[in-house]
Amino acid sequence: MPEPLTRRRTWDWRSPSERLLHFVATLLGLLGLAWAWTHISVRTTWAFVLDAGVQLQDMGARMFPPDGSYLSALVRPLVDTVHIATLGTVLGVALAIPLAFLAARTTTPSERLLRPVALLALVTSRSVNSIIWALVLVVLVGPGLLAGTMAIALRSVGFVGKLVYEAIEEAPDLPVTAIRTTGASRAQSLAYGLVPHVLPTMAGVSVYRWEINIREATILGIVGAGGLGMALQASIDALAWSRVSVILGVILATVVLAEWVSARVRRELG
Amino acid sequence: MSLGPDRTTFPVSTDAARSWRPPPRIASRSVRRALWAVAVLYAALAVFTVDVDLARVAEGLTRASDFFGGLLRPDFVTRWTDIRAGLVESLAMTLIATAAGFVLSIPLGLGASRNLAPAPIYAVCRSVLAVFRAFHEVLVAILFVAMFGFGAFAGVATLAVATVGFLGKLLAEAVEEIDPAPLEALTAAGSPGPSRIAFGVLPQVMPRILGLTLYRVDINFRESAIIGLVGAGGIGATLITAFARYEFESVSAILILMIAVLFVGEPLSGRLRRSVS
Repeated sequence: MPEPLTRRRTWDWRSPSERLLHFVATLLGLLGLAWAWTHISVRTTWAFVLDAGVQLQDMGARMFPPDGSYLSALVRPLVDTVHIATLGTVLGVALAIPLAFLAARTTTPSERLLRPVALLALVTSRSVNSIIWALVLVVLVGPGLLAGTMAIALRSVGFVGKLVYEAIEEAPDLPVTAIRTTGASRAQSLAYGLVPHVLPTMAGVSVYRWEINIREATILGIVGAGGLGMALQASIDALAWSRVSVILGVILATVVLAEWVSARVRRELG
Repeated sequence: MSLGPDRTTFPVSTDAARSWRPPPRIASRSVRRALWAVAVLYAALAVFTVDVDLARVAEGLTRASDFFGGLLRPDFVTRWTDIRAGLVESLAMTLIATAAGFVLSIPLGLGASRNLAPAPIYAVCRSVLAVFRAFHEVLVAILFVAMFGFGAFAGVATLAVATVGFLGKLLAEAVEEIDPAPLEALTAAGSPGPSRIAFGVLPQVMPRILGLTLYRVDINFRESAIIGLVGAGGIGATLITAFARYEFESVSAILILMIAVLFVGEPLSGRLRRSVS
């Protein structure tokens, strides 16, 4: 009786060549991690790390009970934080939309000159974190809300601009062409054929960026750009840990609320 | 076919037909007006709280020329040893933090999936992830520097926490959208819990999560530049020192190198991301 062909066949996740590739990749990854770990490890004072539990207890003991009376002093910084995030987002979106139209291959007036310039502006804006923008702007325009708002705006331009110009490039060109054939001008055909298509994306991206900006605005004060971060830095410098815990609580509540609002609005936008 | 009778009933040339407008998103006119009024009022109030000190801005403009002059003359040489050490440390921090964050995000992410975890575990995991994401890296870094002392270890811990918050939430969302059929088949075949997860859930979500992990490498490298501002090591420490010493030429060099590393890394991680998914 012939041996059944299937007897020695066992099911395997990967083919032999895939398995080899997988093995090599894993090995390289582990080697990289081992190198990184030794690099960090030799630069670490392990006594401090092992001591962390005690430090945490100590910090916890200082943070509790939170100084509830400090809450009233936080109203203004909180409002400032929301203003920084909101105005910064509005300003950033206002700058991002024209840049997005210049950067999108389908709408740019000059592919040779303006498109690369717009793309470079968007990349630069995105590559520099808002706290670094804030650091620069505090030097330039002085500490306060203006620096914070501008920092948020400058960082948001690249984020919003990139996502909007990608949406513009992916939009179908049929409506635009159709309107163009009726004799509409280029601007009119874009306004009625393209803008309605990308408007939900624009709105959704802007609201999403606002949510991120709320989170970022809570810390800009650390470098002097206004808001809750300024109160936090002051409390840490004064070793007023019972106030620090109040500020952290306010930040947590604000960010969670902003996330909820943003999720709701984006769901409405669809 | 005659167009005669239709022509008389179809008002082609009146102004009403020429000035067509798309219907508004919000149908009710009063709601629309109220929203506009609130927006304008808010903007006005908010703009007034931003008091602009024009004298200070004018003073800043002279500094701006210093600053941008420095940025346009990047100096890689003077602080090269510090810059290189900072970049290498940032890279090491990024690798460890991403790996640790990935490993920790799996149990938390699975626990935060409504379709897998029992209600109490779901609530705990969701809350932990929400807290991890709510606090900006810089805040976490401040706490960890106080706990672990200055240096790269606090930075690694910070980035790992941020990575867990990011990957855990996205993993949970992916798991909640899986096709339940393989899981049911495994359950019907009597397979025990861990292997149900390993064969019924993870294969469906891992390509996406591995892609996101590679994306997170990018983010962690970027963030390593800012948590150094509060003492958590990496290139950020070098950057803030250069800033404090008004060495804008070195600042410029650091920023350019950061952008260059990301620019080189992006196509690489893009290719890896495509190959895993």
